[in-house]
Amino acid sequence: MKAAIRVRDVKKSYAEGAAVVQALNGVDFDVRSGEMVMLMGPSGSGKTTLLSVMGCILRATSGLVEVQGRDVTQLTERELPRLRLEHIGFIFQGFNLFPALTASENVGLALDLKGVRASEARRRAQDLLSQVGLADKVNSFPADLSGGQKQRVAIARALAGEPGIVLADEPTAALDSTTGRTVMQLLRELAHERGRAVVLVTHDNRILEFADRIAHIEDGRIVAHPSATHNPIQETAGFIAQTALTERPATNPI
Amino acid sequence: MGLLARRNLFHDKVRLTVTLTGIVFALVLIVVQFGLFLGFTTTTSNNIDHSGVDAWVVSHGVRYFDTGKPFSERKYFQVLGTPGVAHAEKYVQAFAVWKRADGRTENIQIVGFNPDAGVGGPWNIVQGKIADLKQDDAVMIDEIYKQKLGVEKIGDRVEITGHRARVVGFTQGIRSFTTSPFVYTSFKNALNYPSGRMNQDQTTYILVSAEPVVAPEELKRRLESRVRDVDVYTTSEFSRSTRFYWMFTTGAGLAVLIAAAMGLIVGVVVVAQTIYATTMDHLKEYGTLKAMGASNGYLYRVIIEQAVISAAVGYVLAMIVSQFVVRLSSKGGAAILLPFSFGVAMFFLAAGMCIVAAFVSINKLTKLDPAMVFKG
Repeated sequence: MKAAIRVRDVKKSYAEGAAVVQALNGVDFDVRSGEMVMLMGPSGSGKTTLLSVMGCILRATSGLVEVQGRDVTQLTERELPRLRLEHIGFIFQGFNLFPALTASENVGLALDLKGVRASEARRRAQDLLSQVGLADKVNSFPADLSGGQKQRVAIARALAGEPGIVLADEPTAALDSTTGRTVMQLLRELAHERGRAVVLVTHDNRILEFADRIAHIEDGRIVAHPSATHNPIQETAGFIAQTALTERPATNPI
Repeated sequence: MGLLARRNLFHDKVRLTVTLTGIVFALVLIVVQFGLFLGFTTTTSNNIDHSGVDAWVVSHGVRYFDTGKPFSERKYFQVLGTPGVAHAEKYVQAFAVWKRADGRTENIQIVGFNPDAGVGGPWNIVQGKIADLKQDDAVMIDEIYKQKLGVEKIGDRVEITGHRARVVGFTQGIRSFTTSPFVYTSFKNALNYPSGRMNQDQTTYILVSAEPVVAPEELKRRLESRVRDVDVYTTSEFSRSTRFYWMFTTGAGLAVLIAAAMGLIVGVVVVAQTIYATTMDHLKEYGTLKAMGASNGYLYRVIIEQAVISAAVGYVLAMIVSQFVVRLSSKGGAAILLPFSFGVAMFFLAAGMCIVAAFVSINKLTKLDPAMVFKG
């Protein structure tokens, strides 16, 4: 299967005062369409930086990043937003909904960015909210929704532009375990039934069972997870060859 | 996209109120100051502008209406003999002392004209008529100055520089830029009233109408070549010269213009501050939009739309308040004018002010790093 995201020898350094911080230090990492991959690691390990680089929000200092087969390291500042708009949906820890807009308008905003007419955007937004179980909340404002409902609105928004890739930053961190599982089931459905490449950054051990693969990152490098020694899974030949990963079979399919 | 701008603005009612208050305050301030400037400017030259003639012959060196100096009426006959002159009328402007029935005195400006000629007289007459001024001692004043001049009704008697005078009519809205109200009377009566010396064979101005085929500039040229030791202005030149003197030589106009400019600056700062504060409040949302793939242009449009909506709503409210202020001023000594063209110009000024203010926020968004959305 073709890689939706391909990362090769990516380095990312920041200047922090006089010091240079090496956030990513030669990362090789691939994500295939139809799989859900979790990025784990301690705070400051570089997982959010990697997510940002894969999401074309941050530029790598060196190395290769391909999104849907396109080398994004050569794209201009004007081309990057367009690429994000076309290929990537984001889900944030804090939901990042627009408080002044209803659930339907929040989802519709992603379509407005793509130039979809307002009436068509409204129809598609309502359809997407129905798909995430919020048909009765289309006219509710974020302040009137629970955490889980907000995150489902955020998922609907991430899907509005029909991206091939969904990147999620701690999507369950602000949710209780039951709500978190509901959200994870939705995300796994995205990967398995709709063929999206889904990448999650998480600290939440409660949701590991939903991952197809788990990549551990420390000090800006992908490292082997301890559990990998107990349940090593052979990577597809030539795919993510240099990446230490833990693979798990999908559980609780919807 | 307009939806986000509208919702961001109207979602926070308190901030919206602050924003609109700032815009309305700034616009009303500008309207009042520029309106005063227009009012003052119009007032300084209103007798010239309503004269209905093409040219003014004035004593040599006179630059503005209120300082007419007497000269011999022989010039009047020279004017009449100038080719291209259709009509000419003698005209008096002079300061005098008005003595009220209660004995108090006020300085006034006498304006003497020929009531039969139909030029140079008062306008907006609300009581009495021009023909009444043909009577001996008959004068007409403006309603605004009734109290100042101690007059209540037609028929009231006063003294002007020791001569009898009787009020035969009232005008409405003819203000004097000086503190001395205009008192209209016939040319014949006017010769008796000036405080300074003025002989029966003198005049302070000659108002000249050209024949239909002669342009005012050509009339001026002919008069200058024919009549010596006087200055000749076309009516528009004399009006401009008078306005310029009062507005810029005395500093009166500059003061209101500076106040108006201050209003504009205060407006830009207030609106910039409120739009900037709104932008900062929504910074995470703008970051989210950027992460989602919105171009900088998209974000700029949201900000500009907010500014334009603020300007439009603020403008409507400001015009309502301004009309109220203008109506109030019509009863006072200083007119605030708000002609339609000025009202239209104010809309574009309001929009421009808000858009300029929005650029402070736009600059902030240009530097916004979408990676902020992953920072909790």
